Amino acid sequence: MVWVNDIIQGVLTGGLYALFACGLSLMFGVMKVVNLAHGDLAIIGGYVALGVIAVTHIPVLWSFVVVVPIMAVLGYALQRIVIQAALDRGALTTLIVTFGLSVVIEAGLLQFINANSHSLGVGNAIITSSFSVGSQIQIAYLLLLIFVVAVVVLLGLQYFLSASKYGRMIRAVADDREAAQLSGVDYRHVFGIAAAIAFGTVALAGIGYGMYSQFAPTTGTDTILLFAFAAVVIGGLGSLWGTLLGGVVLGVAQQIGAQINISDEVLAGYLVFLAVLILRPQGLTTRRAQS
Amino acid sequence: MTEPERRAGDAPLLQVRDLTVHHGQLRALDGISLRVLPGEVYAIIGANGAGKSTLLRTIAGLHAPTAGSILLDGRDVTKVRPERRATAGIAMVPEGRRLFGSLTVEENLLVGGTYARKGPWNTERVYEMFGWMKDRRSQRTAQLSGGEQQAVAIGRALVANPRVLLLDELSLGLAPVVVQRIYGMMPQILATGLTVLLVEQDVSQALQVATRIQCLLEGHTTLEGRPSDVTAEQVEAAYFGLGSPSPGSPPAGGPRGYGGAGLGGVAPSEGKEAP
Repeated sequence: MVWVNDIIQGVLTGGLYALFACGLSLMFGVMKVVNLAHGDLAIIGGYVALGVIAVTHIPVLWSFVVVVPIMAVLGYALQRIVIQAALDRGALTTLIVTFGLSVVIEAGLLQFINANSHSLGVGNAIITSSFSVGSQIQIAYLLLLIFVVAVVVLLGLQYFLSASKYGRMIRAVADDREAAQLSGVDYRHVFGIAAAIAFGTVALAGIGYGMYSQFAPTTGTDTILLFAFAAVVIGGLGSLWGTLLGGVVLGVAQQIGAQINISDEVLAGYLVFLAVLILRPQGLTTRRAQS
Repeated sequence: MTEPERRAGDAPLLQVRDLTVHHGQLRALDGISLRVLPGEVYAIIGANGAGKSTLLRTIAGLHAPTAGSILLDGRDVTKVRPERRATAGIAMVPEGRRLFGSLTVEENLLVGGTYARKGPWNTERVYEMFGWMKDRRSQRTAQLSGGEQQAVAIGRALVANPRVLLLDELSLGLAPVVVQRIYGMMPQILATGLTVLLVEQDVSQALQVATRIQCLLEGHTTLEGRPSDVTAEQVEAAYFGLGSPSPGSPPAGGPRGYGGAGLGGVAPSEGKEAP
C-alpha cells in the first residue's frame, strides 16, 4: 500500500513538472531555443501573483486570470526584443542570452525584493487540505487540482496547435521557417506567440509551485529548471504529451527514492533522467520533433 | 493593389535592375536585369551554379542583393521582407518543394492561403486541377511521391493568389513523365492571369513553355530573347559559355576560361537537352 501511495503521489507531482516542462518543450520545438531562464520565469510568475494578490485581493486560486496574461505579454515582448535578436546571431547565442537573462532575473529579485522564501495561499483551506482514500493514501486537493490543470493545459495546447490558424502557422514555421515566409507568414510574430504561450504556461506552473511549496529568487535554477529539463528529456524533446509522461516518471522516481531513503528523493529522479539519456536519448515517446 | 492591374503598353509587372548578389566573397549574380511583362512565362536557363536559384530567391526576398533593385508593378520592393513580398503578390515554389513535412496536404494549402490576396485560386480549385489531391488531403506530405509533393507545392503557392509566380526547378528529381504532366498544367495556371518566372535546368522544357528566355552563366547574362528567335546553337553556346552567342556568328570552339569565379564546373553532361 505504501508503494501505491508513492505512485499516486508521484503521478500527481508529475502534473506540476509537466506544467513546468511544456513551455520549455514548445520553445525548443518551435524556435530551437533552449530557454535557460525558464525556471526563473516560473518564479517571476509566483512573484507577480504575490503582487497581484496584495494589490487586488483576488483569491489566490483565481490569480492566474491576471498573472497568465501579464506573463504572456512579457513572453511576446521578450521574444521579439531579446531572444529574436539572439536567434538572428545563431543558436549558441540564445543559450548565452537566456543564461544571462536567468542571472539578471535572480540578481534583480535579490536586489529589489529579498532572499526570503515566499509561498502562496498560506492558510487557504482548499490549498492545504487533503482527503483520504483507504487508510494509507492521502491525496492533497492542491496536487490533484494541479494535475487536472496540467492535463487541461496540454489538451488545450494540442487542440490549439492542431486545429487553429495560429497553431497551424506555429507548426509550419517549426517545419520550415523560410517556406513559411514565402507563404506570407511573419515567423517572428509566430515565435512571439509561441513564447507567449510558453510564458503563460510556466506562470501557471509558478503559481502552482508557490502554493505547493515555497520559492525564493534562486528556486528557478536550482530546482524548477532542472526538473523541467528532466521531464522534457525523459518524455522526448518537442513532444507535448511526452512532457506529461516525463513529469510523471520523474515524480514517481522521486517518491520511490524518498521511500527508500528520504535523502534520495532528488537523486532518484536524476538517476532515471540519466538512464533515459543513456538508453533512449530520444525520450520515451517516439514521436520525435512533433508538437 | 486594386489599382490598374494591367497598365497600358508594355509596363513590366516584375522588373529586376542590375542585380548583384554575393554569397560571402563569392559573386553569385553580376548585374542581372530582366523585365517580365504581365501574362508572360519568362524562363531563366543555365547550368548548375549559374545563379538561377539565387536570382529567384533574391526576388522572393530570401537573399539581400549587394546592388540593384527589384520592382513589382513599378513599386520598389528591394528592401521589403520576404513575407511582405509574398502578400504583395510574389509567390515562390522553392527548389526541393520545401513542404511543411509534419502538416497534411490540406494544412499545407491552408498555410499557403493564410494571407491570400483576392483572386481566382482557393483550395477547391487546386483540388480540381489535381484530381487525386482531394482524396488524400489528410495525408502527411512526407507520404507523397516527389511529383505529388511538387503539385502540393504549386498549389500552396497558387492559393495565395500571387501576381507573379516564381517556379524554381520544378523538374528537379522527378521522372520525365511527371515533369511533362506538371508543365502540362501551365496553360490552366496562365489562364487565370498569372505571370510566371521560372528557373529550369531542363532547357527543352523551358523552351517549350516560355515566351521569353534568359540564359545565365556564372552570374552573367549570356543570352536573352524569344524562344522562336534563338537558334539551338546560340542556346548551347550561351549555356556552356562557348564563344560569342551573337546571332550569325558560329560558336567558337573550346570553353572560355572563367578563372577565379569558380562557381561549380559547367560539366557538359548537364542538361544537354538543348534542341
